[in-house]
Amino acid sequence: MRRNLFYAAAALCIAGFAYTQYLIFYAAPIDRLLMFNQKIFYYHVPSAFVLFSAVITCGISSVLYVKGRQGKHDDIASAAGELAVLFGAIMLITGSIWGKAAWGKWWQWDARLTTSLLLWMVMVGYVLVRKYGGPGSERLAAGLAVFGLADVPLIYFSVRIWRTLHPKTSVVPGLQGPMRTAFWLSVILWLVFFVLMLATRVGTARAERLLEETRERGLDEGLFE
Amino acid sequence: MSGRRRTTEGVGYLRHVSAIAWKDLRIEFRSREILYTMTFFAVMVVLIFSFAFLKENKDGNVVEVADIAPGFLWVAVLFAGTLGLSRAFDREREGDTMRGLLLSPIPRSAIFLGKAVAIATFMLVVEAVIVPLIWFFFAAPMFGEPLILVCTLLLGTAGIAIVGSVFAGMLLRTRSRDVLLPVVLYPILVPLLIAGIKSIGAMMHGAPQESWFWINFLIVYDALFLVAALWTFESLVIE
Repeated sequence: MRRNLFYAAAALCIAGFAYTQYLIFYAAPIDRLLMFNQKIFYYHVPSAFVLFSAVITCGISSVLYVKGRQGKHDDIASAAGELAVLFGAIMLITGSIWGKAAWGKWWQWDARLTTSLLLWMVMVGYVLVRKYGGPGSERLAAGLAVFGLADVPLIYFSVRIWRTLHPKTSVVPGLQGPMRTAFWLSVILWLVFFVLMLATRVGTARAERLLEETRERGLDEGLFE
Repeated sequence: MSGRRRTTEGVGYLRHVSAIAWKDLRIEFRSREILYTMTFFAVMVVLIFSFAFLKENKDGNVVEVADIAPGFLWVAVLFAGTLGLSRAFDREREGDTMRGLLLSPIPRSAIFLGKAVAIATFMLVVEAVIVPLIWFFFAAPMFGEPLILVCTLLLGTAGIAIVGSVFAGMLLRTRSRDVLLPVVLYPILVPLLIAGIKSIGAMMHGAPQESWFWINFLIVYDALFLVAALWTFESLVIE
């Protein structure tokens, strides 16, 4: 049943992605100010949605892991951490391309950009710790995720004194007609895609953990060297 | 168990914290290894910064000191603090004494706080050298508002010591801890550094109101991460 649901969602993603490309490039009108450049908006904003969903997933699972120390929460946190790095990279790259077109500069030290960049750096640190920390690193990683979650409002508040160039979120509710359909369909599909990747990655993380636990039990009982 | 119960009383708890801190300080005052190396390192960082950033512009004026000196100060403090953190926790590992500490009948949070107090003390010694040095080299107006300077340095140092001790404690048993400490520590410390730099900078520019705003920000930062640290250290540092 779960497997069928997974394949159904994957099929939905494939069909939906193809359809959104049509919506984005044919149905949605060209923006009056940004012209064709505005199209990247349909990729940039959904990846930001996914980044923040991944970070929140990672943070909450880490809090649960610190509290209850159950392996399943750690699997979810590690999978979400990796996906946060991936989608954060997509967000930063598409965002700077858009920034070059809209502001004439690849990067601006704006509050929202800086916060996203630092949050992404925390997640890169998280993945580095998990990869190179060796045994016991999952505890450190969980601590880092908890601290990172607490840090986000502080980062945002402390960098806000710089002027804000990033378009306000009020752009999104103001979307009309085909632009609106294409945008929200993109967001939903990206989120579904995120959940699928998360589920897959959690599956492998759990298999790795169970294999490791079984091996240790075998070692303890002297079944193999 | 009786030890754990005893420690719930405030005075007893503080005595545990000071015992741990005093232990670290006494070891340090015998060899003075961390203090000498940290201070030397911090002085060197300030010198390297001045070679890198102290330039004359077209009119022959040196760059405005108040714009750059706070950055020199905080980066030197941060780098030296990282050095001291890894060294202070490495000592526990080399002597294999962390297990002894964790087995002793005191709450884990007291071990953490004691360590943090000791490291903050090391960093304050370094700052006592670096601040006059920056004043001396760059004629920076460091001592215009002593209260702001002291509050900013104390709160900033406390924050670095709190967050740093948690991560250094958790890294104790992991591989490649020396490279991983900055990886986990620096992104978390960014708001603290912004606040510290802005506060000292505003003080030099003669805007004490702005400094006090950032000092309040530092109080919030320290309080938030002290709570997070006490909560996570208890459950995450196990042998």
